[in-house]
Amino acid sequence: MSDSPIIVCRDVHKWYGHFHALRGINMEVQKGEVVVIFGPSGSGKSTFIRTINRLEEHQRGQIIVDGIELTRDIRNIEAIRREVGMVFQQFNLFPHLTVLQNITLAPIQVRKWPKEKAEALAMQLLDRVGIPEQAHKYPGQLSGGQQQRVAIARALAMQPKIMLFDEPTSALDPEMIKEVLDVMVELARSGMTMLVVTHEMGFARAVADRMYFFDKGQIVESGTPDEIFNNPKEDRTKLFLSQILSH
Amino acid sequence: MSLRPATAASKADVVLPPPTERYPLLGWVWKHLFTPWHNALLTVLALGLLYLLAVPFAQWALTQARWEVVVVNLRLLLIGQYPLEQVWRLWLSVHVLAFVAGLTIGSTVRAGLWRAVPILAAPWALALVADFDLATRAHLGALPVVGLVAFVLGRLGHVYVRRHVIGLWVIYFPLFILLVRGLTAEEGWLPVVPTNVWGGLVLTFVLTVAGIIFSFPIGVLLALGRRSNLPLVRWASVVYIELVRGVPLVTILFMAQIMLPLFLPSNVTIDRVLRAVVGIVLFTAAYQAENVRGGLQAISRGQYEAAYALGLNSLQTNLFIILPQALRNVIPVLVGQFIALYKDTSLVAIVGLLDLLGIAKSVLAQPAYIGTQREVYLFISAIYWLFSYVMSYLSQRLEKALGVGER
Ligand SMILES: Nc1ncnc2c1ncn2[C@@H]1O[C@H](COP(=O)(O)OP(=O)(O)OP(=O)(O)O)[C@@H](O)[C@H]1O
Ligand SMILES: [Mg+2]
Repeated sequence: MSDSPIIVCRDVHKWYGHFHALRGINMEVQKGEVVVIFGPSGSGKSTFIRTINRLEEHQRGQIIVDGIELTRDIRNIEAIRREVGMVFQQFNLFPHLTVLQNITLAPIQVRKWPKEKAEALAMQLLDRVGIPEQAHKYPGQLSGGQQQRVAIARALAMQPKIMLFDEPTSALDPEMIKEVLDVMVELARSGMTMLVVTHEMGFARAVADRMYFFDKGQIVESGTPDEIFNNPKEDRTKLFLSQILSH
Repeated sequence: MSLRPATAASKADVVLPPPTERYPLLGWVWKHLFTPWHNALLTVLALGLLYLLAVPFAQWALTQARWEVVVVNLRLLLIGQYPLEQVWRLWLSVHVLAFVAGLTIGSTVRAGLWRAVPILAAPWALALVADFDLATRAHLGALPVVGLVAFVLGRLGHVYVRRHVIGLWVIYFPLFILLVRGLTAEEGWLPVVPTNVWGGLVLTFVLTVAGIIFSFPIGVLLALGRRSNLPLVRWASVVYIELVRGVPLVTILFMAQIMLPLFLPSNVTIDRVLRAVVGIVLFTAAYQAENVRGGLQAISRGQYEAAYALGLNSLQTNLFIILPQALRNVIPVLVGQFIALYKDTSLVAIVGLLDLLGIAKSVLAQPAYIGTQREVYLFISAIYWLFSYVMSYLSQRLEKALGVGER
């Protein structure tokens, strides 16, 4: 069982009204793999990554996460959400709670941990993302980079098996991008299974096991970073890479 | 002695700043009320108008007004026909209120405590000035003492008290109702006082607080219902809200009095005060639902998504993430609605309950007090204003207390 994939997507389709946003996505992710998803705006990257924890419902095909198939059954959805952490472009921290409360809320309410245990883990995680001194501040009092690191700590506090990142650095000022990427690199090296939508190609080169190029709701090309950067097969991939790497 | 010529000389040398800078108050008046010249004109006009209005009023209030109508009927206006030998229960509930308020202020408020001085002084001033019996004076005299003792206790044990003071407020109203209504038969220690003798400010207070306590959660549920994914829940909420908002409160109060009994088995009779409360609650809940919905709409989708992604279910998401933010954003509107509710309780006078306004009308119907409408209505207006102001003030404090750390 150890080499069975932790995420399986088979022919996943999604429509927004008449708009066909995902057109048959197939993907398998092994435990501990780091997958980078990239592609032009509107290509369905966010839509796809959000189907994996059911923030978006897929309408055809199969998604199986850690052996549980995503269906309308709310118990399955909640079971999967407990195992899958997510980090958003806009951080989405809870502004009325302190950093510590942001991180401990889910372990206390969902995992039913005692407060002391949740807080001990939270402090450990804040240490890991490098901002233990901010525990008692409110999100509004932190910089963007600090907020995103809190968001990562918040997701990790549920001790998920999989972490989803949807453009975690694209709302950040350049000087803050590195502090967030450093945390993600460390997480990747620690063996976490990660799906990352990003255009940070340095990050992809450093830690990605596989890369997927999305366009118009489909996977156009996939491969190791080496294959994608040095030997892309599709013209669309080449064109897109030349555009983003020229910056 | 030798100093004198010297000082005189130096005084002459020093160029003094203009008087408006030497005296801060004068400076403020000059700067804000008299510059530029058209401001001066407005100030003079406003003062003139104020004078034209205030002088006749003061003349009337001090020389012609028959304030004895208020003095003689004060008990009636405040507590209605509540039996005299049971009035200690009302006093007890006021003392408990002073105690809980004292604990709250002592354990939470640090700055600006001088503002409590007039509140503490008022009962003593009243006891000294007004012509009350001994027991009333004793109670009035004890009130500030109770408040102060509680204040000191609250301050001494502030860490512990702060944690539990909310609980005290939660049980206060049920305790108040228990005291006012009673528990036992005639000869027991706390005989039941039937609601048909409840009246005056006490009744207004009961209607207001019960209205607030019950309409608020129902309003929140209706607001959530109106945004629910379940069509049945959504439509039921919409229909309820829109139906109720289309009908005047008076109509609802009449319907509650006349129609509520139709829905109940004939052996169940519900009390007239309770019927009024039901009417007020049903009415206010519809408005609060829309106010709360306004707050909910301001919450971004990202907040829901972050909560769901963490594995919180929708109840937990609403309870811990959405409602705390949504409600805080609409505190001013919510409190505005409660103030409106408080004043609208006066409509129960139309269905025959003797609340503050109802009692005022019955006082005015006494032959001895014909022609004293001005005095009586002014007095009850002052009472309405006083408590409205307290609510509005508390809401501002609450906003400040909850706003900490936000953005
Ligand atoms: N809620 C929605 N309703 C209708 N259309 C939507 C909705 N969400 C996304 N879409 C459409 O689906 C397509 C894919 O959107 P998606 O957000 O997945 O793109 P993306 O690859 O993440 O792009 P970006 O790089 O801009 O984030 C877009 O054309 C978008 O307009
Ligand atoms: Mg996107």
